[in-house]
Amino acid sequence: MSDVETTLRKLASERILVLDGAMGTMIQQRKFSEADFRAERFKDWGRDLKGNNDLLILTQPDAIREIHLEYFRAGADIVETNTFSSTTIAQADYGMEALAYELNVEGARLARQAADIAQKEDGRPRFVAGAIGPTNRTASISPDVNNPGFRAVTFDELATAYGEAARGLIEGGADALLIETIFDTLNAKAAVFAIEEIFAERGARLPVMISGTITDLSGRTLSGQTPTAFWNALSHAQPLSVGLNCALGAKEMRAHVAELSRVADTLICAYPNAGLPNEFGLYDESPEAMAVFVGEFASAGLVNIVGGCCGTTPAHIGAIAEAVKGKAPRKIPEVATKMRLSGLEPFELVA
Amino acid sequence: MTTSAASRFVNVGERTNVTGSAKFRKLITAGDYAAALDVAREQVENGAQILDVNMDEGLLDSEKAMVEFLNLIAAEPDIARVPVMIDSSKWSVIEAGLKCVQGKPIVNSISLKEGEESFIHYARKVRAYGAAVVVMAFDEQGQADTFARKTEICARAYKILTETVGFPPQDIVFDPNVFAVATGIEEHANYGVDFIEATKWIRENLPHAHVSGGVSNLSFAFRGNEPVRAAMHSVFLYHAIAVGMDMGIVNAGALPVYDDIDPELRELAEDVVLNRHPDSTDRLLAAADKFKGGKQEARVVDTKWRDQPVAKRLEHALVHGVTEFIEADTEEARAQAERPLHVIEGPLMAGMNVVGDLFGSGKMFLPQVVKSARVMKQAVAYLMPFMEEEKRLSGADQRQAAGKILMATVKGDVHDIGKNIVGVVLQCNNYEVIDLGVMVPVQKILAAAKEHEVDVIGLSGLITPSLDEMVTVASELEREGFDIPLLIGGATTSRIHTAVKIHPAYERGQAVHVLDASRAVGVVSQLLSAENKPGYVAGVRADYLRLAEQHARAQEDKVRAPIAAARANRHVLDLAKVQRKPTFLGTKVFHNIPLETLIPYIDWTPFFSTWELHGRYPEILTSEKYGEAAKNLFDDATAMLRQMADEKWLEARAVIGFWPAAARGDDIVLFKDENRSEELAVLHTLRQQMARSKDKPNLALSDFVANEASGVADYVGGFAVTAGIGEEAIAQRFARANDDYNGILAKALADRLAEAAAEYMHAQVRREHWAYAPDEALSNEELIAETYDGIRPAPGYPAQPDHTEKGLLFDLLNAPEAIGLTLTESYAMWPGSAVSGLYFSHPDSRYFGLGKIDRDQVIDYAARKGYALAEMERWLAPVLNYDPNRIAKIAAA
Repeated sequence: MSDVETTLRKLASERILVLDGAMGTMIQQRKFSEADFRAERFKDWGRDLKGNNDLLILTQPDAIREIHLEYFRAGADIVETNTFSSTTIAQADYGMEALAYELNVEGARLARQAADIAQKEDGRPRFVAGAIGPTNRTASISPDVNNPGFRAVTFDELATAYGEAARGLIEGGADALLIETIFDTLNAKAAVFAIEEIFAERGARLPVMISGTITDLSGRTLSGQTPTAFWNALSHAQPLSVGLNCALGAKEMRAHVAELSRVADTLICAYPNAGLPNEFGLYDESPEAMAVFVGEFASAGLVNIVGGCCGTTPAHIGAIAEAVKGKAPRKIPEVATKMRLSGLEPFELVA
Repeated sequence: MTTSAASRFVNVGERTNVTGSAKFRKLITAGDYAAALDVAREQVENGAQILDVNMDEGLLDSEKAMVEFLNLIAAEPDIARVPVMIDSSKWSVIEAGLKCVQGKPIVNSISLKEGEESFIHYARKVRAYGAAVVVMAFDEQGQADTFARKTEICARAYKILTETVGFPPQDIVFDPNVFAVATGIEEHANYGVDFIEATKWIRENLPHAHVSGGVSNLSFAFRGNEPVRAAMHSVFLYHAIAVGMDMGIVNAGALPVYDDIDPELRELAEDVVLNRHPDSTDRLLAAADKFKGGKQEARVVDTKWRDQPVAKRLEHALVHGVTEFIEADTEEARAQAERPLHVIEGPLMAGMNVVGDLFGSGKMFLPQVVKSARVMKQAVAYLMPFMEEEKRLSGADQRQAAGKILMATVKGDVHDIGKNIVGVVLQCNNYEVIDLGVMVPVQKILAAAKEHEVDVIGLSGLITPSLDEMVTVASELEREGFDIPLLIGGATTSRIHTAVKIHPAYERGQAVHVLDASRAVGVVSQLLSAENKPGYVAGVRADYLRLAEQHARAQEDKVRAPIAAARANRHVLDLAKVQRKPTFLGTKVFHNIPLETLIPYIDWTPFFSTWELHGRYPEILTSEKYGEAAKNLFDDATAMLRQMADEKWLEARAVIGFWPAAARGDDIVLFKDENRSEELAVLHTLRQQMARSKDKPNLALSDFVANEASGVADYVGGFAVTAGIGEEAIAQRFARANDDYNGILAKALADRLAEAAAEYMHAQVRREHWAYAPDEALSNEELIAETYDGIRPAPGYPAQPDHTEKGLLFDLLNAPEAIGLTLTESYAMWPGSAVSGLYFSHPDSRYFGLGKIDRDQVIDYAARKGYALAEMERWLAPVLNYDPNRIAKIAAA
């Protein structure tokens, strides 16, 4: 176990840790123009760049560092780097595959700078989780309804892209790696595979956090797995935490977090959206309302790490931090030693 | 099995295993993945908790098949809900499979066969992919057969996995090897007991680890007698599960409940499985026939065979393994024969051939064949002194063996039961057998063959990689200048594999596939007889040549000509027959085409197909099977048609156009006007790429237009017709009335009317608008049979499967504004009752199917159209001769 992991596990045994909120929401508030996204360096880039939020790491670094700092100051122990789409696969939409590594290095560096400032301000240790998003392709679902055996991306392609991102994040100083918004477990398995290779090369590990996403009320991932099946498929990563984020509000997410909380013998992390999107596609659950739901997660002993996803702001994180303060963290359950496999559904060998 | 024991036992579905299910193997080799998925689904429905997937078949691209099947399973939630067991003897296949599965699978299997280093390597990989693992009790020395070996290897593997690799013990499944018992070979008798005791030991000494096994091996000796096999399996599982076996590859549907087994059979099976008596095998064997089928009565001891002629008596003795009279009978035969050798070559060999036939058809079991061989040995032993005496009298040398046979199980394989039996049978027939054992490297085989100056080499192997190794041995023999026969045998070997892969590698000698042990003597005696060998070898060669040709033909579909070669083999247009200029250039629109005019042009046969009434019109109206239904339907249809025409339910419209055109490569350039200086548009066509000989061209539609360089002025037309204006309103009217029948009828008629409109317009074009056939007068039957000059192929159909070409055509015709016909984003026409396409007038032009095309053409085609390759591949997916994913991966590597 790495030193950071020991530290984090010790802290998590004492209190519920707080993760940051949405980066996209904060960037939108700043209303950057196409020219702001480009800055001097990319002024002649052949494609529109507005909307490539990760690029702001390079073109508006002060703003990104400031957002991280706002979250730290609101009460976050851990912030996520602004690197959700910083893989060669996701950056291909902008023709910026070649920048993927740099985005990860700089993204981790900015977040770490913010962490150091916050640490100095109040003396509390702060951590940076290097965010690894799902990319925009699925390894176990065919995008072509007429050809169910077709795949738009392979395990190896994903592993290469994730590996590059993880290397960059580690190089830039990330304290942990967070594989998040997992809608296809096979994508995440490719990420774990790539990360394990890097750990083996370096002879040192970083804590790994895993966060899936339940996309609708069926209670399954986009690729069809139940939460337990999802956990069985990824438990070999021996993650610091497993949990859920995005897609649902805290209320809709509760049952699935509770399921993971029962079966997973590691920390549980939950960072829902600010409610379900309203008719304009906006997330509008208030910080207070959200804090009630997330606070209840804590009272019920379901969670160890909480935060926010789409639509959440430093105000939400402040309210959530307040709501979980003083509440006992979930105790990691003793899970009987059994062979557990999964397809879309979990399988346990009884003997 | 009792239910309480069974409830802990996990049943791994074995029907999606090409080595275990002939049906599944046939489906996969035929590429029928849809039916293969049904096999998987059926298993899950029948309660398989884990699905074993195995694609180890010598003539199959196992990696590709594994990936394809697992990807397809992923799209079937009712199958994908259970975990997969990725089963292969090749690591590359396992790894390819691991990359396709989002859940947590089990790998089957890894072992210490190649030593600790590679074992650790594979175990780490399995762990990195997040899978559990089956570990075979197998090490550098071979496969564990005894209790001591099984437990020693499992303990060692467990220690390495848990201590060195950090593998969770609960994710380890040991397979301590289920071997065949009751084979007639004494050392095999205790295999069942060894497995059961090893299972108990593993469960008690290796915490959290599990035990599994492939149960069907156990009863291999009783192939063909399913009731006995099932009883053995059930008894075996009963005892193994009781001591902790918790997983097994079993055909659960075929297992009787332990308590339901006929008590006599159960006792006999239990004696064999638990090795309770020295004669257990003989007693089960003696009783086996009684249980074979429900109806058969036990045989009465019959001595009538003693009344038959001596040759028949010898045959009977061989088939039934009776040694009682063998010396007397052999003596009687010797007395009648000219030379003692003739007894062997005559009646004894004839008897052994009968044994071979019975074994081949599953009517005799392995131990029975071994018994036959023993009878044979006794007969030969009796004849031996006479043959030596004969030789002494004729002054010949000391007794020589009939021939020297070198036998080996090839490198990487340890299965030797079959090889040992062949050895026994051959030795019984006076051949000297040099047995090199198992896992024999090719150099050792060649060196021993030279050293012992053997006459024949026999190779054995059971697992799939052995097939490749046999090819290696064959090519090494060729390279080293050998010319002695090479025998190929073992469960995965086949005549077709020998013909296609091994035979061509060893031209100087002769490779012969030997189906089973009983055939070995026949084959060897032919090959070693100076007299018979030439004819026999010629027969084998002819047979293999035929098989190889058949195989090549089956593969031919997959062989594509490079696009440059296909273009060189284009159809050369007869320029003298290029048709006249159309009566106008540009487009012309037709509204309100009277439906009455179209009715005679209707092709009714597809109309009946829509209703699942298959048969040609008008014969179908009087068909015995469908006649009445067809007649009623036809009456309703004609009545509705009349109403449609009278009340103008639908409006038929058309737009046609003609443009100056010239072929440029596989494209067709359209010009603004007769000056042919300004280009209007470029139509793209695709060319057939099947490997073809000169007399059959590789067609593209552009072949039917005069080439740019020819200087001949040619033209191309386009059209779009619909009979669907108003279709939607009718459909809604019937839907509101809940009148499905009339709703479907109206839709089917609108479709037919659209086709009729296309046919009608095409006739008008030929006669009036292009007017290259002004005097054409054809009946509807002749129209349907397409006896006229010219074609009207549609994008999205066999000659041009690219739907996106419709976009260009619709632009040229301005179809949306002209006749209210639009394209959806997937290039479907709306309203749906519509037809569009191009007009080619040249008498050479004809409909054809493009077939599958290769990547070279697709790259070129995408560039010509200005599409990204991946997008073009998506549109052309049904006609691609390759897997774009796989190719892209290789290109990137």
